[in-house]
Amino acid sequence: MTVSKLFKPGDFLTLGVVAFFIAWLCVALWKQGVGGTLVVRSKGVVVSELSLLRNRILTIDGPLGATVVEVQNQRARIARDPSPKQYCVRHGWLQHAGEIALCLPNQVSIEIAASQNRVDSLNY
Amino acid sequence: MSTPSITEHATAEDHRLAWMAALAIALSMAESVFPSPIPGVKPGLANIVVLLVLYQQGLRAAIWVSALRVIAGSLFFGSFLTPTFFLSLSGATCSLLMLMLTSRLPRSLFGPVTHSLLSSIAHIAGQLVIVYLWLIPHKGIVYLIPILAMAAVVFGLVNGVIAARILNSPESAPLSGPFPSAAL
Repeated sequence: MTVSKLFKPGDFLTLGVVAFFIAWLCVALWKQGVGGTLVVRSKGVVVSELSLLRNRILTIDGPLGATVVEVQNQRARIARDPSPKQYCVRHGWLQHAGEIALCLPNQVSIEIAASQNRVDSLNY
Repeated sequence: MSTPSITEHATAEDHRLAWMAALAIALSMAESVFPSPIPGVKPGLANIVVLLVLYQQGLRAAIWVSALRVIAGSLFFGSFLTPTFFLSLSGATCSLLMLMLTSRLPRSLFGPVTHSLLSSIAHIAGQLVIVYLWLIPHKGIVYLIPILAMAAVVFGLVNGVIAARILNSPESAPLSGPFPSAAL
């Protein structure tokens, strides 16, 4: 069966429009959040909000000991943490808005906030 | 003493709709056997059946087959009124709305591939709305949208081509003349 029987002329147009739409989605949705701020919480309370544009190392004290937060090249990570399973350390670098690393039981978390600082009414 | 009897009021069209819905359910059961690399990404082969019914019997029949597939299918899967059921319902509803809109396109220019692509995107969009509003109200799901949309386009294209092949084959003569787009 030939291609011309399966596809009508408009189908190619649809395919093109859809491909363009997907490319736009990728650019629009995967690019945001760079240059945002990092929200650091301890025991659920915000202890620090810092820009991702400045590299630095921050130490937060929790019930188990010190959690070390590192900001570098518009990314952030938990560099060191006393929690036994090390999930937040193994999470690696966070760089997109909404990404979060939670250290338990040391009760420290870091979250990348969107640069526009929109309030998420569903979560708060 | 009279013997109890059941009179059947189903028409030939009702029978065909039931057959097509059964086929759609069988296809979705068959594809659920294969594990998916990403949760939520499925080929959606049942949509081929809905597309065929749309072309051969019109929009009203397609809505019936889709509704039967969602409701009866969920009873078979044991997922009736669970989140899975509502995901399926929302996806099928959005997909049908898209088919309703696109069935107004000129049939000489746009074929099953267009309908399949657009309804597949509408399907995943409808599911994402439920996921965001109810199941995972977190901005993080935004990063999944391009991946899910890409999968929707790939499977939408494949399903559309399969539907076009079936409709082009000599065995599939339309039941009630040409596409009755004005049936609803």
